[in-house]
Amino acid sequence: MIASIRSVLQKIGHRVIDSVWRMGFAGRFFLLTLMHSGTCFRRFHLILREVFSAGVLSLIIILVSGLFVGMVLGLQGFETLQTYGSEEALGILVAKSLVMELGPVVAALLFASRAGSAITAEIGLMKATEQIAAMEMMAVDPIARVVAPRFWGAVISMPLLAALFSAMGIFGGYLVGVVLIGVDNGSFWSQMQAAVSFDRDILNGVIKSVVFGVAVTTIALFEGFDAPPTAEGVSRATTRTVVTSSLAILGLDFILTAFMFRGV
Amino acid sequence: MVLKGVNLTARRGQVIAIMGNSGCGKTTLLRLIGGALKPTTGTLMVDGVNIGELDQDALYDMRRRMGMLFQFGALFTDMTVYENVAFQLREHTDLPEPMIRDLVLMKLHAVGLRGAHNLMPSELSGGMARRVALARSIALDPMLIMYDEPFAGLDPISLGVTGNLIRRLTDALGMTSIVVTHDVQESLKIVDYVYFVSEGVIEAHGTAAEIKASDLPFVHQFVHGEEDGPVPFHYPAQSYGTDLGLSA
Amino acid sequence: MQRTILDLWVGIFVVAGLAAILFLALKVGNMAGFENGQTYSLKAGFDNIGGLKPRAPIKSAGVVVGRVGEIGFDNQSYEATVTLNLDSRYQFPKDTSAAIMTSGLLGEQYISLEAGGDEKKLGNGDRLKITQGAVVLENLIGQFLYNKADEGKSKDKAGSL
Repeated sequence: MIASIRSVLQKIGHRVIDSVWRMGFAGRFFLLTLMHSGTCFRRFHLILREVFSAGVLSLIIILVSGLFVGMVLGLQGFETLQTYGSEEALGILVAKSLVMELGPVVAALLFASRAGSAITAEIGLMKATEQIAAMEMMAVDPIARVVAPRFWGAVISMPLLAALFSAMGIFGGYLVGVVLIGVDNGSFWSQMQAAVSFDRDILNGVIKSVVFGVAVTTIALFEGFDAPPTAEGVSRATTRTVVTSSLAILGLDFILTAFMFRGV
Repeated sequence: MVLKGVNLTARRGQVIAIMGNSGCGKTTLLRLIGGALKPTTGTLMVDGVNIGELDQDALYDMRRRMGMLFQFGALFTDMTVYENVAFQLREHTDLPEPMIRDLVLMKLHAVGLRGAHNLMPSELSGGMARRVALARSIALDPMLIMYDEPFAGLDPISLGVTGNLIRRLTDALGMTSIVVTHDVQESLKIVDYVYFVSEGVIEAHGTAAEIKASDLPFVHQFVHGEEDGPVPFHYPAQSYGTDLGLSA
Repeated sequence: MQRTILDLWVGIFVVAGLAAILFLALKVGNMAGFENGQTYSLKAGFDNIGGLKPRAPIKSAGVVVGRVGEIGFDNQSYEATVTLNLDSRYQFPKDTSAAIMTSGLLGEQYISLEAGGDEKKLGNGDRLKITQGAVVLENLIGQFLYNKADEGKSKDKAGSL
């Protein structure tokens, strides 16, 4: 009896120590990345390449999802608002929920599964095929040459993708609400403009998406760099990237929202 | 502890081979020379500098004068052949683009792949990838090149081509080559000196001719590829009869 | 991928992303003029501010002329002290009055300024003398019921006479 309790406690202890150790390692990795960012800013085309693979290649999924999320919001919002006779507030509902919450969060979740997993797999494979080791032997620091450009490319892309998602979503809400159902065009936009403020809603949304971008990219890069150099290791690291960064996004979203509402 | 007592010397202009069966610590030795590992005891001198005592910057300076050919080439898969060879020139020098182009084409010409400079690594055969990697590792004209199993998985033609390239480039550039391999026949054709490593110690050493003529049981078994000898065919186990339950 | 094509796509992406942020700022949000412009602040005491919040609009004749800044409590007069940040383009006379109003029946609360007739204008840090606090719905209903009860009593009196 005592022995089994002991072994359960040992297992818990082991997992806690292990995860704290990994978090410390990831934190050190993050700081190293920031410290070695000088090179890639001097050679900006390195970052541009990563903006392409993280940002441009995620455009289609972001735009299409944004459009559909906005259209669903328009449809559902209209149904609900109709019962209170305030269909004109549809613009507020669509815009506020997109700009503050859905835009940054859903865009970041999509980004984690589209670009984050790609980053992990790419770096994991570079490690498995000894490309990282070869780079080190050529006296080139892989953190500066491989990790830092990917970090900044993704961090630059994330707020742009979130803004595109929100804009596309508002357009989707407009399509369903105004064009299809026939809510008044003027009050749709004017009520929206009256209720959404730039520094409270839009700026906070942008701040959120930057924070999510940093979190997702750091997790993806770390998992890739930390992956065992085998096929199984890389595939597990890719899965972990998606799971961990999704949880991180939702957790951080709660913390940030709580702070932003308190600040008002 | 993989290596226990290894003492070897490589001179400028020489190709030396380190041979031994799989898992005897050959790759560890290369990682020690490259500074990726630090020796727990003993010293490792490259060009009069103790590698084990260098800090990060000094080690990176030293590595610019070394090249390494990885087992399967380790080419950067997201760059063309041209960019792969130009990589170190771009990272470590401020040469103008026309000069980089000339240098890259010269290195590629040396390995006979000037015409392939626009291909991606995925379009190359194993032998070609190995040659591109060789061109990449001589981009900065190093004084020392290490080869980790350069002959593994090559067809006989590529094998001969790679072997001759190692010899020719070593002579032409006046550098030192350290080849880690277990391909006895191919390497004996090109090397000046051979070290046999087994279980972390140097079992035998000598020139290619000496090794061929050697009658040490380990070397003999290795060179002629015999099944049983000092390196047993069977993994240590209790007696066969006991395992099958035959002995009373 | 050719370097020029890559550059082109990245350019398109960045411009589209910035355009989306601009669209959100101008078309969706109300980043109208004065938010970053010059302002001056006034103080006003209210007996009750109701549900007034910082950043609520200040309107005069229906035009937004500023935003509510800090809201505090005065320990001497037991009143709420509200800072009003007004756009410097708009000037008001010394005897301007402030009232807390509600847009619609249950809408957002805002401060309404009613200009007086004084020659002198209000400057930075001045205090508004005439104020009217928020109308609290519960008090209003209470007053209404009380009046009804009063009416009933006076009718009774009239009947007995």
